[in-house]
Amino acid sequence: MTNAWTDIKNTDLVVIMGGNAAEAHPCGFKWVTEAKATRGAKLVVVDPRFTRSAAVADYYAPIRQGTDIAFLFGVINYCMQNNKVQWEYLKSFTNAAFLVNDGFGWADGLFTGYDETKRDYDRSTWSYQIGPDGYALVDETLQNPRCVWNLLKEHVAKYTPEMVERICGTPKDKFLKIAAMIAETSSPTKAMTSMYALGWTQHSKGSQNIRTMAMLQLILGNIGIRGGGMNALRGHSNIQGLTDLGLMSNLIPGYLNIPKETEATFDAYMSTRAYKPLRPNQISYWQNYKKFFVSFMKSMWGDAATAENNWAYDYLPKLDVPDYDVLRAFDMAFNGKMNGYVMQGFNPLQAFPNKAKLAAGLSKLKFLVVIDPLETETARFWENHGPHNPADTKAIQTEVIQLPSTCFAEDEGSLVNSGRWLQWHWAAAAPPGKAMSDIWIMAQLHKRLKALYEKEGGALPDPIVKLKWPYANPDDPTPDEIAREMNGYTLSAQYDPKDATKMTLDKGKQLPGFAALKDDGSTACFCWIYSGCYTEAGNMMARRDNTDKDNVGLFPNWSYSWPANRRILYNRASADLNGKSWDASRKLIEWDGAKWSGYDVPDMLPTAKPQDVGPFIMNAEGTSRLFTLGMMREGPFPSHYEPFESPVANVIAPKIRGNPVARVFPNDLAQMANTGDAEYPYAATTYRLTEHFHYWTKNVYQNAVAQPEFFVEISEQLAKEKGVQHGGWVRVWSKRGSVNAKAVVTKRIKPLVCDGKAIHVVGIPIHWGFVGLTKPGYPANTLTPFVGDANTQTPEFKAFLVNIEAIAAPTA
Amino acid sequence: MFPPLPNPPTQTTAPKFGPADLMRRSASTVTPPAQRQTEVAKLIDISKCIGCKACQVACNEWNELTPPIGDNFGVYQNPSDLLPDQWTLMRFTEWDNPQTGNLEWLIRKDGCMHCEDPGCLKACPAPGAIVQYTNGIVDFISENCIGCGYCVKGCPFNIPRISKTTHKAKKCTLCSDRVAVGQGPACAKACPTQAIVFGTKDDMKKWASGRVDDLKSRGFANAGLYDPAGVGGTHVMYVLPHADQPQLYANLPADPKIDPLVGVWKGKGKVAGLGAMALAVLAGVLHYLKNGPEVATEEDERKAKSLVDGAV
Repeated sequence: MTNAWTDIKNTDLVVIMGGNAAEAHPCGFKWVTEAKATRGAKLVVVDPRFTRSAAVADYYAPIRQGTDIAFLFGVINYCMQNNKVQWEYLKSFTNAAFLVNDGFGWADGLFTGYDETKRDYDRSTWSYQIGPDGYALVDETLQNPRCVWNLLKEHVAKYTPEMVERICGTPKDKFLKIAAMIAETSSPTKAMTSMYALGWTQHSKGSQNIRTMAMLQLILGNIGIRGGGMNALRGHSNIQGLTDLGLMSNLIPGYLNIPKETEATFDAYMSTRAYKPLRPNQISYWQNYKKFFVSFMKSMWGDAATAENNWAYDYLPKLDVPDYDVLRAFDMAFNGKMNGYVMQGFNPLQAFPNKAKLAAGLSKLKFLVVIDPLETETARFWENHGPHNPADTKAIQTEVIQLPSTCFAEDEGSLVNSGRWLQWHWAAAAPPGKAMSDIWIMAQLHKRLKALYEKEGGALPDPIVKLKWPYANPDDPTPDEIAREMNGYTLSAQYDPKDATKMTLDKGKQLPGFAALKDDGSTACFCWIYSGCYTEAGNMMARRDNTDKDNVGLFPNWSYSWPANRRILYNRASADLNGKSWDASRKLIEWDGAKWSGYDVPDMLPTAKPQDVGPFIMNAEGTSRLFTLGMMREGPFPSHYEPFESPVANVIAPKIRGNPVARVFPNDLAQMANTGDAEYPYAATTYRLTEHFHYWTKNVYQNAVAQPEFFVEISEQLAKEKGVQHGGWVRVWSKRGSVNAKAVVTKRIKPLVCDGKAIHVVGIPIHWGFVGLTKPGYPANTLTPFVGDANTQTPEFKAFLVNIEAIAAPTA
Repeated sequence: MFPPLPNPPTQTTAPKFGPADLMRRSASTVTPPAQRQTEVAKLIDISKCIGCKACQVACNEWNELTPPIGDNFGVYQNPSDLLPDQWTLMRFTEWDNPQTGNLEWLIRKDGCMHCEDPGCLKACPAPGAIVQYTNGIVDFISENCIGCGYCVKGCPFNIPRISKTTHKAKKCTLCSDRVAVGQGPACAKACPTQAIVFGTKDDMKKWASGRVDDLKSRGFANAGLYDPAGVGGTHVMYVLPHADQPQLYANLPADPKIDPLVGVWKGKGKVAGLGAMALAVLAGVLHYLKNGPEVATEEDERKAKSLVDGAV
């Protein structure tokens, strides 16, 4: 989230699209109810299904899954045509005025530089025109045909209300009603919040779905203000923490990068990370990259990381592929290229696509370690559970080791919520049986691995043998010790840069924040964005002061919000070019002639003059980006692409199947239905229900009572066509698998008309399996395709093709 | 935001009401205390309800109810109906509004309405099996219940359920045990959107009127409070977006009234009924004198066991 859950109460318009907050985030949804009840805010829901969120919405419109970009470009086009733009914000705080390289263009659904064999672009033309002074050229009048604004105008012009209806199946009148509601928030005194979740991420172009809404929010001036923002609703209590800490194959903590194979030396690695400002006076905060990186390396390897060995740069693995994401890992396992898999709090046999392929991959492992508080399907993948898990047990040689671990209520630590709040929690109960904490388990692994490397050596024992392990009890580090490392500390005394005799912080002290980080090896910090969470003043994450001055919804003394306890990112954009709030009733920070101050921690150098320095300090331009240069694999602007399995061809670019730069493994394409495939005619989607949390709560009695049995949802029209009875049995199958389920025949799903063709939607909740107290059922991933988002590899769970038929109730 | 319910006290608190605060007791005559306690009420705002079932689960957890893990039968509602061990239930209705052409998903939390004029209590022949406190809460006292099912007949909302294993009538108590120590009901505590709030009946009416105004401003011209006069008003009330058509909400009665037969039973019929019962008892005594004590056969034992095992 750019903002926070509590801030949603400040909004005038909530748009839930690509999510279902009432269903999947019922506790956070209280702030939507609050905005409606006390501010008269309106709620709009756009979804293939009439959801629980839609049940309390002021306005609902249907959309075919996987067509959100077309809808949102339609809204952007509407705003442009109807002069519903926050012009001052657009001109000053976005790159609308920047001039783009003459070589850049778009034709037939592709941007300049596409290489079909590589399924990738040469991105060299996706750049600004640079003047002789080294800065990007701009035309503040927005007249130049090569300025971002005019290129965008041209790019979205085809997304007319008629085109939106043709692609999305959203009736034109409903689209126009919603476009008008959204457009009203272009007023500097109106705010709209975007609440989205997996409904946007789980597509082969998921990142671009989100980007399109972010562009719309920038055009409307809704970023950086109270009640505005791009608000990702996280699906686990600590999934924000997972990404922050870089638990991805291509990241290290704080969104730094694991080096690539081509970056063999530290100099090569740093050479592309200069982040030189693209406009005069701009902060371009990533210029501090080296400080964050060196402090991380010192935190990892302590004295073994020196200036001479480039801070142990050689200890870091170098990626030979863009990433080793879960899809790639399972593809490797499937192809017999992986020996072992250690799974910690992870149930991929349910949570990743194409269950049959996953099971085949697991069967080829030599060993599988499952660290989990619960019994999982993955740990039992080798057991035969009839049609629900048709494993050939005798043929599987994988050795499975289960290590029972504690759950969140049995240990202490921090959880990072959607709003970036690091909230400390304490153990509420003792763990059952022999369950041990994840930290204890990892410490034991480390101890034994280290001993083996010390004894036997190996190709490169140093990263393990020299790993810094500074804990009072090396067998069981405490969460408190780890939190302190996360924040960072001084390795030698720090002095005032203006007065070398004045010591600012003694050796071995907790750092006050990331501004204190150094690239000379005198500071250690495991995750720079978290620095400030555990200072000499104590554990900031454990704060529980819920005072909220003037009822603004920020709660600055409750827990700790990264970065720098800032509650609303880009908050400098809440004020105009002179530093006055756009809307006095939404004041966050203001310029008093000498400095920035207000309710929130300024997202700005406190003394930076408002006319000089742009609000988007992480960007080299100082502005936000409507045109995102080479940051995204698909192009500097989004473009409508169909899902890989689509009932209709891409109207904009009929020859393109799916996302042209998404990675598809060869054997998976053969397992995908063709566009408009007569054998798989229905557009399926998967989702969560309030009654369950993923695959955990089927182990909990009361949750099992509340939603006991696997079902699919179809419209009354499709049920009639297929002779399906309400509450009767159906078989649903894709090109990858088949499931039997109860049928919920509902008015809440209605057939859509897209490009002149009737489209039926089949809805499939995800929560059942062969372990737990609920009735045994099929997981939805039996059906889903093995392809992910081009940038993040998040699987395309939200849009694929199936067929359906009525069946007799299964016996047994 | 409605002021949140207080956290539980750390010290033991004396109950705020008890047997001395009864204003009605089934099949008994009570003298109500001179001073009636402030009437309480639970307000269920349909327009804020997201159907998450947190109330349903919280009710089960607080009251230690474990209904069976059932089947899906084609809707989101589960279990399929109120049960002796499911005292509140979300009922989901899909309704195409003919005036707007829009679909509406009407979700209503069903459960005891705690009528000011309780039909169950009036119908109950077992002394003290159903009581009403002066704050309006209608409570079932299981130790006095004979499982006859008259309360089911007496209830205009079809709420009480008789356990096949314990032969006791069961329903929502409005968490009388929690309310007695200054807490609100478990459902209200668990509700994430404050669709359920709890307080004095007057406060709830005031709060409801603000909600009705908001709904009217959003185009629900017939929004209103459901506090039906036919049962003297209720201590569980609804804010309904379509208050002119309560039956849309899973057949919420438009004008609930106590079945006239209950009046007959409690009035003129009572004497005759008691006479009939006396005769039945007499018949039983005669039967015993003639045939000796009833001895359970093995078959009876087996049937009883399967009944107990089969029910959870």
